[in-house]
Order: sequence, then structure tokens, then C-alpha cells
Amino acid sequence: MMTNGSPPRRTITALVQDKPGVLNRISSMFRRRGFNIASLAVGHSEEADLSRMTFVVEGDDSTVEQMTKHLHKLIDVIRVSDISDQNIVSRELALIKVKSNVQTRSEIMQIVNVFRAHIVDVAPDSLIVEVSGNEDKVDSLHELLKSFGVVEVMRTGTIAINRGAGSRSKRAGRVDWGEASSV
Amino acid sequence: MKMTGSQMVCESLIREGVDVIFGLPGGAILPLYQTLPEFPQLRHILVRHEQGAAHAADGYARVTGRPGIAWATSGPGATNLITGIATAQMDSIPMVVVTGQVARAAIGSDAFQETDTTGITLPITKHNYLVMDTEEIPRIIKEAFHIASTGRPGPVLVDIPKDVLQEEAEFEYPDSIDVPGYKPTLEGHPAQIKRAARVIAESERPVILAGHGIIFSGAYDELRELAEKAQIPVITTLLGISSFPDDHVLCVGMPGMHGMAYASKAIEDADLLIALGMRFDDRITGKPSAFAIRSRKIHIDIDPSEIGKNIPVDVPIVGDLKRVLRKLNKMVKPATHLEWIQHIDRLKREHPSMYIRPTDKLLPQFIINQLSKATEGRAVIVTGVGQHQMWAAQHYMFKDPQTFVSSGGSGAMGYEVAGAMGAKVGAPDRVVWSVAGDGGFQMTMAELATMVENRINVKFAIINNSFLGMVRQWQEFFYQKSYVATQYTHNPDFVKLAEAFGMLGLRVSDKTQVMPAIEQAMSYDGPALIDFVVEEEENVYPMIPAGQSIHSLIEEPRPEEVVAR
Ligand SMILES: Cc1ncc(C[n+]2csc(CCOP(=O)(O)OP(=O)(O)O)c2C)c(N)n1
Repeated sequence: MMTNGSPPRRTITALVQDKPGVLNRISSMFRRRGFNIASLAVGHSEEADLSRMTFVVEGDDSTVEQMTKHLHKLIDVIRVSDISDQNIVSRELALIKVKSNVQTRSEIMQIVNVFRAHIVDVAPDSLIVEVSGNEDKVDSLHELLKSFGVVEVMRTGTIAINRGAGSRSKRAGRVDWGEASSV
Repeated sequence: MKMTGSQMVCESLIREGVDVIFGLPGGAILPLYQTLPEFPQLRHILVRHEQGAAHAADGYARVTGRPGIAWATSGPGATNLITGIATAQMDSIPMVVVTGQVARAAIGSDAFQETDTTGITLPITKHNYLVMDTEEIPRIIKEAFHIASTGRPGPVLVDIPKDVLQEEAEFEYPDSIDVPGYKPTLEGHPAQIKRAARVIAESERPVILAGHGIIFSGAYDELRELAEKAQIPVITTLLGISSFPDDHVLCVGMPGMHGMAYASKAIEDADLLIALGMRFDDRITGKPSAFAIRSRKIHIDIDPSEIGKNIPVDVPIVGDLKRVLRKLNKMVKPATHLEWIQHIDRLKREHPSMYIRPTDKLLPQFIINQLSKATEGRAVIVTGVGQHQMWAAQHYMFKDPQTFVSSGGSGAMGYEVAGAMGAKVGAPDRVVWSVAGDGGFQMTMAELATMVENRINVKFAIINNSFLGMVRQWQEFFYQKSYVATQYTHNPDFVKLAEAFGMLGLRVSDKTQVMPAIEQAMSYDGPALIDFVVEEEENVYPMIPAGQSIHSLIEEPRPEEVVAR
């Protein structure tokens, strides 16, 4: 959640080789240079042998610029884009297990409907709610369900993609001269 | 053709033009060693400690510009390399390191001498590989050389399990490389280069900060042309030393923590810094927010992540220096900057940082000065880390490119011995002097045996102050002379030690004996060592304390008449 005191967040995507150890290289670089990752999601991309990662990171402009440059410097990272200022769709999936009983069940279901979430499992004393949306939406639902007793939360971290047909590589990131290079 | 993994490694190294390997065997890498006799073109130098192999490969690379090669076995062999690999990474030295690993099936089982070598070296290599398939060896070795030696150079490690070395597969050496995530920018953005030329034309007080990048790019002539065409004074960083002749009228020397006062002041007074292949290290900037605040900055570097990392930049250019400077030089307008150069000359007179006070005592500065004269500024000088390193950087007058060899970013004591060994192997026709600290020398002196054994003719000048001198100096300045754990009250007899290793050993404690001893060591046919017993508590001046600005500069206290001059 964006509050006034916390550093600004930016969304960065990276196309990387799908090889053993790549995640380790990336997380090691972030740790070593003291960059903060708020969330990280990885999965296959549209190209064989390549994965796409979405990072939500915290930091001012120059920190984020350094992050993208250092990401790009890794040999196994092929392309990096800071898409924060672009027209993007961003989504996160969460599974929330919440306590419930006969009295509270319908109230929970009402809330779930308002959020266009789903109940995917019902047990005598609990429910599992599946919700997808941007981070704020997932946060709000989580917050509302707390009063019933949240047993467990699983979140995927944000994934993001540009609207329209343009490919990521064509849209320059904020760094005009760092985009196409690495060392 | 079918080959074993070991044969593939050797054949690939030969195809990459390798002639020398520094290393030491063990179980996991033994198949590779046992294959060596089939490849007589590969000269292997057996070191006494793997740190020596890594530093020697590094020293070799610094004088030749070609990747240095180090081999070691798994586990302790690999971990002994670490200091050397980290040193190469910090100073962007091209190196290809091959380590043996336990057999594939044993990986992850805490097998005998198993270490996660690729895991440990991940943050201290430019890239690394664990080879899980014999037929991948040629491609990986080719990539390793490409990555190590292009763009911003650096060490690449290839970890190979024992059974991958033993297995046979079809050998096919690729003739092209496909690393989609690695495409260094070489050319430099034309509009930015134009802007740089304009900014230079607008400047009245420009200085060039020439770094290690000039040496990697071989851009000596281009640097000189830029400086001379627009009459721009040249400041060289520690690792930029020898990228521009010290006796050139436009040379202002090294700035920063132990740099020339006038060089640091020139940076402060300049209206434009032209930073070439350097990275605004904290030993140069001190407190970044107070560094050169009145000047605009042009920064040219091949690594985009260096630009804007420590200091904000007005004109960023990513590219290879030689190529970028060639284009820039065509656009730069001739200028004279007479007043500015006179101003710097005045700074040089008012702050004579190179001054050596007259005394009968044996001063380290004087030794370096004499060494510089005896070799006419044409030797390769390899140093350790500490006071002697700074005196060598200050007082040796380098005339030839690529002749100052020193662990800058990492500051690894012990580099002076094995680094010098590698430098001499890389430049056998040059005179190689190691300017050593008595502390650092003792960290890696086992390699003297390697040098005698392999007739590697290095001359050692030990600046023996019986202290970990640089740390003692900090204790004197910042801890009221509380000399905790910095004094060696019983150093070995270095002359006898030299003799025990089979070298010439000399001792000098008298000023008048400096030159004769240097000459005797140089005329001796083989490795030689001079134990210079110097003033114990001599300090390196000038000094800007860590994290401070030019306003905290401490200069050497001088007798009245010198100040008046
Ligand atoms: C491996 C290593 N350990 C510790 C240090 C910290 N250190 C920096 S300079 C120095 C003193 C070096 O002493 P010596 O080699 O005798 O050189 P001197 O400063 O006396 O010329 C030390 C301990 C270092 N740079 N490297």
C-alpha cells in the first residue's frame, strides 16, 4: 500500500534466461547492493527458454535507475523495462483462508461478492477466498477479512503487462541510454 | 572429433590463444592436469598457494591485456582463489578461472572437498558457469573468454565436475557467440558526443580524469590528442596511472585521499570534469556531496551502471573510450586555457606534494625516486597495499602505458608478490619491480619459490618499516598513536630468506646505498630482493581523511624555508 512516508514504488519487468541459478543471481545482486524488492513474480514468457519477471521495487528515481542498470548488467538478463509510467494492467492473485461459522458465512460471502472474489473451498470452520486484482484491492480485502480471523494468506506478488499491442522492447524505459546495453 | 572433457578444455584454451596457466592440482581437477602433457603449447606454472595463481593470472592480464588463466581443484583449492578473483572483479581484470568440482552425482551431498564454488563466486565474478554436460565445454569456454575480455572486462569462472572432465563427447568449437543478454555498447551516442564537444568548448577550466578504462581500451593516443588539442590538464586516478605520461606538461598526477594536493585542488577549482573510464571511487571523491560541486561533468564509460552511481553527471556517454574519443576529438575545438594552466602551475608551486625533505634518514619516498631514476620510468611497477603503494604511485615517474600494476578497488595485501610474478610472465622483456610492504610480502612470499623454480626474474624492493604502516598512520592520526596490533616486533631476516629461496638478497639501511643496491639487483641474472630498512613512522602526505572533502586536506609539515620558497 502506498502511504505518504514510504518510498515510491515502481514496476519493472525483465526477460531472463530460464536456467538454473538465474533467480539466485538476481536476488544476490539486489541483496548485495541493498535494493528493496516489495514483490517478485516469475513465470514462463511467450518465448521458449525465457522467463519473465515482474518486480515491484521501492526507491527514488536514481535508486531505481541503478536497479535497472544492474539488472541489465547480469549476463542472463536479456531485457529490462521500467513500465511504471506506462499504461499497464497489473494484477496479483491471493488465496485467503478465513475462519467462518454459520453466523459469519453469509457476511463473508457478501464481502467476497463486492470484491468480485470467489470462495474456492468451504470447510466447517473456515473458507478459502480467491481474489485477483491490483495490490491495493487485495490489501483491502485482506484488511476486511481480518475481523473474522485470517488463518493463512498466500499472495503471488504483482505481475504487470502493457495495454495495447506494443511489445515491451519497443517502449523505452526511463533510462534512455541504458536500455540496450550491458557489460 | 571425439575428446574427453579435459582434452576439450585444453584444446579450447589453445584456440583462445592461451599460452600460460597458473595453478595447483587436486583430486577433482586431476583429469585435466593429467591431460596437459598432450598439449605442450600450454605452459603450466605450479604455484605454492592458489591465491598466488589468481593474483598471477591478474598480473599477467594487466600487462598483456589478455585474459589470465588460473586453475584450482574443488573445495579449498577454489576457496583459496577467492581473494584473487575478488581483486580482479573490483579492478575489472579479464581472467578465466577453471575449477574442478566433485562428480555430478555427488553435488549437493557434502562430498569430500565439495564447495558451492559458483555460489561463492557469484558476486565476485562477471559471470560463472557450472558445466553439467561435456559437450557444452567448448561453447562455455568460448563464452567465458568473450565475456571476460569484452565490454567492461572481468573474471569469469568455469566450474567443471570431475566426471564431466572424464567423459567423452564430440568436440566442435563454435565460431560465433550467442549470448543474447550481453551486448556491450561500444559506439557512444552521437548526439551526446556532440554535446560533450560543446560543453568542452564552453569550459574555461576543464580537467580530464583519466581512469583504468583508458588502459583497457588502449586509448592512450586518443587521450593525448584530446588533452593536447584543447590544452586540458590530465589527472590520473590510481589505476589510471600510466595511461598518460607522468612527464607530460599537462599531467597533474593522482588526486584523492593520498593524491597530489594540487590535483585535488584542480578538481575543486575546475568548471568541467571530463571523466574517462573511471568510477568516482570514494578514495577520489571523499564526501560525494562536497565533491567538485562547481563543475559540470562529462562521464564516458563502457558500463552504464557506473554513470550516475556515485556522482550526478551532466553529459553521460556509454561506449568504448577509444571509439568515443576518436569521434569527440574530431569535434573538439583547439583551445589554450592559458590562465587555467597557470593557475594549476601556481597550485603546484604552493603545494609541492612531491617534495622529499632533505635528511640522512632512509625515506621510502627517496627509494621510489631513485628506483624511478634507475629504471628511467620504464619498469613495470607492481605494488602491495598501504603506504608503499601510495609512495610508488606518487614518486615513480611512469613513461610507458600499462606499467603500473596494483590492487586498487580491493586493496589486497599480498598482491605485490604473485601479481609481480604474473606481470613478469606476461612481459618477460620488461624490467619488473615489486614495491612491497613487509606486511603484504609475508602474506604471499611462498611464491618466491615458484619464481626461482621457473626463472621468473622479478626484483623486490621491500619497504620495511616493521609496521602495518598505513594502519599505523591511521592510528597516529585518528587514534592518538595507539598502535594496537600494527607492529611487527620480529620480522624474519629477509636477506637470509631470499637466500633460502635461492635468490639474491641485499639489505640497505643507508641512503647512500640505495642506488648501488638497485643497480646490483638489476644486473643480477635472476630474482632478487632488497630489504630497505626505512624510517618506521614515516607518513604518507597529503591526506584527505576518509569521507571528508578537500577542505580537510592535511599536507606534510615543512620547515620554514621550504614554505617561503
Ligand atoms: C589482505 C588485507 N588485510 C588487511 C588489509 C588492511 N591494510 C591496509 S594497508 C595495511 C598495512 C600494510 O602493511 P605493509 O604491507 O607492511 O605496507 P605499508 O603500509 O607498511 O607500506 C593493512 C593491514 C588489507 N588491505 N589487505
